[in-house]
Amino acid sequence: MGRTRSLIAYTLLTLGAISMLVPFLWMLATSLMTPEQVYATPPNPIPSPVKWQNYVNAVQAVPLVRFFLNSLLVATLTTLGQMVTASMAAYAFARMKFPFKEPLFLLFLATMMIPPQVNVVPLFVLMSKLGWIDSYYALVVPGLFGAFGIFLLRQWFLGFPEELENAARIDGCNPFQIYWKIALPTALPALATLGIFTFIGTWNSFLWPLIVTNSEHMRTLPVGLAAFKGSFRETTDWGQLMAAGVISVVPALAVFLIGQKYFIQGLMAGSIKD
Amino acid sequence: MRNHREELFWALVLLLPSLLGVGIFTFIPVVASFGLSFSQWNLLSPPKWVGLQNYLELATDPLFWKVLLNTFVYAFSVVIFEVPLALGLAVAMNRQGWVVKIFRTIYFLPVVTSMVAIALVWNWIYDPQFGLLNAFLKLLGIGPISWLFSTQWAMPALIAMGVWKNVGYSMVIFLSGLQAISADLYEAASLDGADSWSQFRHVTLPMIAPTLFFVMIMSTITAFQAFDSVYMMTQGGPENATNVAVYWLYQSGFEFFRVGRASAIAYVLFGIILTLTLVQWRLRKKWVALEA
Repeated sequence: MGRTRSLIAYTLLTLGAISMLVPFLWMLATSLMTPEQVYATPPNPIPSPVKWQNYVNAVQAVPLVRFFLNSLLVATLTTLGQMVTASMAAYAFARMKFPFKEPLFLLFLATMMIPPQVNVVPLFVLMSKLGWIDSYYALVVPGLFGAFGIFLLRQWFLGFPEELENAARIDGCNPFQIYWKIALPTALPALATLGIFTFIGTWNSFLWPLIVTNSEHMRTLPVGLAAFKGSFRETTDWGQLMAAGVISVVPALAVFLIGQKYFIQGLMAGSIKD
Repeated sequence: MRNHREELFWALVLLLPSLLGVGIFTFIPVVASFGLSFSQWNLLSPPKWVGLQNYLELATDPLFWKVLLNTFVYAFSVVIFEVPLALGLAVAMNRQGWVVKIFRTIYFLPVVTSMVAIALVWNWIYDPQFGLLNAFLKLLGIGPISWLFSTQWAMPALIAMGVWKNVGYSMVIFLSGLQAISADLYEAASLDGADSWSQFRHVTLPMIAPTLFFVMIMSTITAFQAFDSVYMMTQGGPENATNVAVYWLYQSGFEFFRVGRASAIAYVLFGIILTLTLVQWRLRKKWVALEA
């Protein structure tokens, strides 16, 4: 009976896995097809001849490299910024005494309940008042802060051994030095979790960069891709479009595959908040 | 030996960036959004206080009710399909070994991929004339269906894609819930002669109930925030058949420059999501208390 059950389980899992993979493989296959192959009926999944030229054409049709670099810059800066701001606040909440600590922490937690879409209109207004529309400031600065990272890293710092802290204090370290030199280096796994989460989230985010960018050279990859797709009127060059899609997908997938362990840990941390 | 004044100073230093950042970019906007929902403003002339007018206009606008209905239909359909599917997969995957790890990675690929890129390829899959889906259905003698161009099928097409994208996320959460169930319980159940189904029914399901509830609420909240797929695939059409709350908010604010109305929509959405979150927290406390 156990064997039948395993068989059913693996069949179910395999069918599911195929349906997960088909769209990705279809994207990859189409990115290498000539228009004749793309519009063949019935569709043929194997591109022959392989048209690598689609990638070259896509990069020439739109400033894909620029979009890519924009995404990379914005995601990297946001990730580093979140790591710094969140770990600082998390250390204070976990290891220090100050008035209104509990209510302040709850206030931060409460912000996790606000859907970001509620804030886009006033944030846009704020950005235009600051003159930040269509600049990296608008793409990066609002994303540098957040409660999720504080929550995640606080859990970690709560487990930081007090003896280390005391020893450092006796050596004359002030709390900032203890945080920076002693506590932070021990928190690398939690920082990795936050970093991977933030990077993938920022890399994929769409609504905010769509709203705050106007000129082509400021677009991030998702916004650039959306505009690229919108630029086709009568017939879409699916080969080129899918080539651009593949280019946009690979970095986030690579980061996920490398840091999968930390990513899933972060997911768990998010699911046990109460 | 600890100097309190000094400690307060350093705590402030450490908290300052987050206090300022979250204050300026979250707290002020959320309050401003509420204020703006009582105003009329096109971003050019100064905003005008109009009291409840935006909300009253929404209440009498048939499009508002349509959008709200669409949003609920989308969210609940996604959850109804996604949650049992994710639970089934998690139960099937709840075993040791490298094969399972590979499966988990595969199911997670859509979760970490941008919706824009995913929408690109699904757009192509849903293509009425040359798309993969209709080619497949043709083999079964069905179709052709004009998916995204049909008032009847555009919404189901978006729902299917939404389920496909998020099922891996729910599955991983379920998996962690399942792994926390002690093997003794299953042993005791099988000694009592319980077959697989009644083991699932009487051991797994009650033990996983809090996780189940969490996943349901979280997927509902995620689905209520749908925007990217709608923007990329249907632009809310055809005939507003797929126009959902965030997309309408975007249109109102950034296409029609009706800031007041957009803010009112934002607050209706906020109200719904907040209610769901609070329900989740309350019940979770109850469950935690029951378990202890």
